[in-house]
Amino acid sequence: MQRNKFILGGLLILAAVVYLIVSSTQASAEYFMTVDEMIAKGDVAVGQSARLSGAVIGDTVKYDPATLELTFDVAHVSGDNNEIEAQGGLAKVLADAVADPSRQRVPVLYIGPKPDLLRGEAQAIMTGTLGSDGIFYADELLLKCPTKYQEAVPDQAEANN
Amino acid sequence: MIAEFGYGIALVSFIVAVYSIVAAVYGAAAPRKSASLVESARRAMLLTFPLITLSAAALIYLLVNNHFEVSFVYEVTSISMPTYLKVTAWWGGQAGSLLFWSWLLAAFASAVTLRKWDRDIEFLPWVIMISSVTLVFFLGMVIFYENPFTRFWLVNGNVEPHMFAPANATVFTPQDGNGLNPLLRHPGMVIHPPMLYLGFVSYVIPYAFAMAALITGRTDDRWIRLTRRWSLWAWLFLSFGLVLGGRWAYDVLGWGGYWGWDPVEIAAFMPWLTGTAFLHSVMIQEKRGLLKHWNMILVILTYALVIFGTFLTRSGVLSSVHAFANSPIGPLFMTFVSATLIASIALVIYRWPDLRGETEMKSMLSREALFLLNNLLFMSVLVICFWGVIFPLISELFTGQKVTVGPPFYERATAPIFAALMFLMGVAPLSAWGHSTLKTLGRAMWKSALAALVVTVVLFATYTKNFIALIGFFLIALVLLVTFQEFWRGTRARQRSQKENFFTSLSRLMGRNRRRYGGYIIHISMMLMAIGILGIEIFQTSTQGSLAQGEALDISGYTIKYRELASWDDQGKGVNFTRASLDVYENGIYLGELNPRIDFYFDSQQNMTIPGNRSTLRDDLYILLVDWQPVSNMGATFKIFVNPLVNWLWIGSLLFLLGVIFAAWPDRDATEETSRRGVTRQASQASAAD
Repeated sequence: MQRNKFILGGLLILAAVVYLIVSSTQASAEYFMTVDEMIAKGDVAVGQSARLSGAVIGDTVKYDPATLELTFDVAHVSGDNNEIEAQGGLAKVLADAVADPSRQRVPVLYIGPKPDLLRGEAQAIMTGTLGSDGIFYADELLLKCPTKYQEAVPDQAEANN
Repeated sequence: MIAEFGYGIALVSFIVAVYSIVAAVYGAAAPRKSASLVESARRAMLLTFPLITLSAAALIYLLVNNHFEVSFVYEVTSISMPTYLKVTAWWGGQAGSLLFWSWLLAAFASAVTLRKWDRDIEFLPWVIMISSVTLVFFLGMVIFYENPFTRFWLVNGNVEPHMFAPANATVFTPQDGNGLNPLLRHPGMVIHPPMLYLGFVSYVIPYAFAMAALITGRTDDRWIRLTRRWSLWAWLFLSFGLVLGGRWAYDVLGWGGYWGWDPVEIAAFMPWLTGTAFLHSVMIQEKRGLLKHWNMILVILTYALVIFGTFLTRSGVLSSVHAFANSPIGPLFMTFVSATLIASIALVIYRWPDLRGETEMKSMLSREALFLLNNLLFMSVLVICFWGVIFPLISELFTGQKVTVGPPFYERATAPIFAALMFLMGVAPLSAWGHSTLKTLGRAMWKSALAALVVTVVLFATYTKNFIALIGFFLIALVLLVTFQEFWRGTRARQRSQKENFFTSLSRLMGRNRRRYGGYIIHISMMLMAIGILGIEIFQTSTQGSLAQGEALDISGYTIKYRELASWDDQGKGVNFTRASLDVYENGIYLGELNPRIDFYFDSQQNMTIPGNRSTLRDDLYILLVDWQPVSNMGATFKIFVNPLVNWLWIGSLLFLLGVIFAAWPDRDATEETSRRGVTRQASQASAAD
C-alpha cells in the first residue's frame, strides 16, 4: 500500500519532468543553420527561430553608435567540425570564406553594443530570425576569433633577432 | 634542459603511479595477502606528490622566465604579463591544466593515505588503486597527448613542435608569446579554475572510498562517515568556483549578467547537482540505513560528471565562450568515463543484495521521504541540463538537422523545479524522521506560512505586481521564517533546560550540531541568492544612448551625466585605456562618479570592456562604455543596466561560504558522532517541542 503510493509519486514527478522537457524544447528549439542551408530553405526559413553561423566580412561591418545599429554580411562556412579540420582548421576556413566572392552571403542586423571580438574573419554565431527582406535579425551575437589564440606554431618572421 | 627535466619527472611519476596500482591490487587480492606490498603501494602513492610538484615547478620556471621555445609557454604567456599571471597561466591552457589536475589529485590522495587507517585498513589498497588509476589517466594525457613541455624546432626551414630534437634540428625561440587572453587576466579568473578543479578533484576521494567499500564488501555506512568532510569540502570548492565564475562574468564579460547556461557552465553545474543530492541523501543512510544503492549511484555519477566536466571545459566539443581548440583527447576521455562508469555500476549490481535498506520508508511526509523527494528534484534538474547539452547531437542523429536549445529552455524547464526545491527547504526541517503527518507539519508551519503571506501581500502592494516574482518572494520568506524559527525553537528549548542566556544557548546549540545548523545557514544563504537572482532576472532594466559632453540620460530614477573621456597608452602593460567619467545623480542628489572603460590589448588586438558599477543593497547601476568618437573625443555611447537586488546574490554567496565552513569544521568533541537511535530520539523530541 505505502509502496504503491511512493511509486505513484515517483511516476508523477517523472511525468512532470518529461512534460517540462518536451514543452520547453518545443518552445525554445533553434535550428542550427549554415548560410547555404538558410538560403536553400528560402521562404520556409522566414520567421523561424534559428542559430546561424558564418564568417564575418570585415569590409561590410557598419556601426552607428547613436542608434547602436550594427550591420554586416556573413559568408557561408561549413557547420561540420570534421570538415573544417579537413580543410585546414577554422582560421583557414574562415579566411577562405571571406576571400571567396562566389560564396553565398547573408546580411545581418543586430542592435546593441558592438562586441569586442567583431572583426573580419571572425566566426559569428547568431540567434534570431530571418526576415522576409532577406536580412537576418539577430537577437544574440557570439563571436569566435581563432586567428590569434589557436596559432599553435608561430610565424618564423617573429623570431628574426 | 628544464623542459626535459619536467617531462622526465612527469614520466617517472607516471611509472610510480602505475606501480602503486599493481602493488596495491596484488598486495590485497593475491592468494597470499601481503601487507608489505600494500605499504609499498602507499609509499609510491605518497611519492607521486613531490614528483609532480617538481614537474610543475619546472613548468612554472619556464612560464615565468619567458621560455617561448616551449609551445605551451608561447601559447599562454607574453613578455608584458606580470609574474603572478605567468604563474597562473599554468592552468590557462589545456596541457598545463591537465598537469594541474594531476598535481591536485596527487596532493589529495597523499593526504588521504597519511591518515590513521587502523580501523579501516582493508579499504587502503583499494583507495590507493582508484586514486592511482585516475592519476595514471591524467598523467598519461600529459605525457602522451597534451605535453606542456613540447618545444619548437627548426627542421629544414619549418617550425615544428616536438618533445625531443628531431635530426638536424635546432631549437626555435619566438620573440614573444601569444599571451593569455585578456579576458582571463582578472583576479576572479585567476582563482575560478583552481577552485572548480579543487572541487572536481576532491570528489575522487569519496568515490575511491565508495569503490573500496564495494570491492571489500564492507558496505555499511563506514565509507560515508569517513568521507563526509571530504564531500563537504569538495562541495564547498565546487560551489565557490561556480560563484566566482559568475562574478567574473558580471565584472568582465559586459553583458550585465552572471550566468548564461553555456554548455561549459552546465558541465560544471552537473556534478554540483549530484553532489548536492549526495550531501542530503547520505544523511538518510546514516540515520535510517536507507538508500544505500542510491548513494553509491550518486557518488559514481558525481565522479563520472567530474571527469566529463573536466573534458568538456577543456576540449571544445561544444561551441562555447570557454572552448579551447579541438584536440585528440576527446575520445580518450569518453572511453575513460564509460569504462569507469560501467565497472562501477557492475560492482554496485554485484553487491546489490548487501546494499538493501535496513528498514522501509513508511510515511510520505517523513524527513527521509522529503529528502528522497529533494534528491529526485535535483536529479530532474540534472536530466534537464543533460538533455539540453546533448540535444543538438541527438537531433542531428535522428533528423539530420542540428537543433539547439538556448537559455530560455533551461529557465523554463528548471524554474518550477527550483520553486519546488525551495518549498521543500521550508517543509523538510520541520518533519520528523520516521513519521510525520500533515497535521503535525501544519501545526509547525502555519505561523511561518501566514507571516510569509503577509510579506507577499505587502510586496504586492508596494513593490511589484509580477506573479512569478511574488511566488518567488513568498517561498523565500517562508524558508527564511521557518529556518529562523528552527534556530529560535532550538535555542529556547536549550535555554530552558540548561539555564543559559540566549546567546550562549544559541552558540552551544549550533556548535553541538554543526551539520544541522550549518545546513540551515546554507539554506538562508540560498534564499539571499534567490533574492538576487529574482531581482536581476525579472526586474532588470536597461537603456542605451550616445551622449555629447554635458548631456545626461535617465533610467529608473537615476540621472547619468557624461563629463569627459580620456584615452592613453600604457606601453609597459601593452594596453590602451579609454576611460569615461560620468556623474551619477538620484532625484537631483549627487551620488558619485562612475568610470566605465575599454582596455585594448596590443598583443592580442582585443578589447576588454570594464563596466563602471555602483552597487547597493537595493540595486546595481552598471554602465558600459560602448563606443566613442575618436576625432573630437566629444561624444560617447553607453549601455546602462539597472540590476535590482543583485547584490544579495554575492552577499548570499559569502554567507554560503561561512555556512559550509561551519558545517565542515572538525568537531572538538568526538563523542558528538551520534548513533542512529540517538538522533531519531533527538529529532522526534525537536518536532514534539512545539
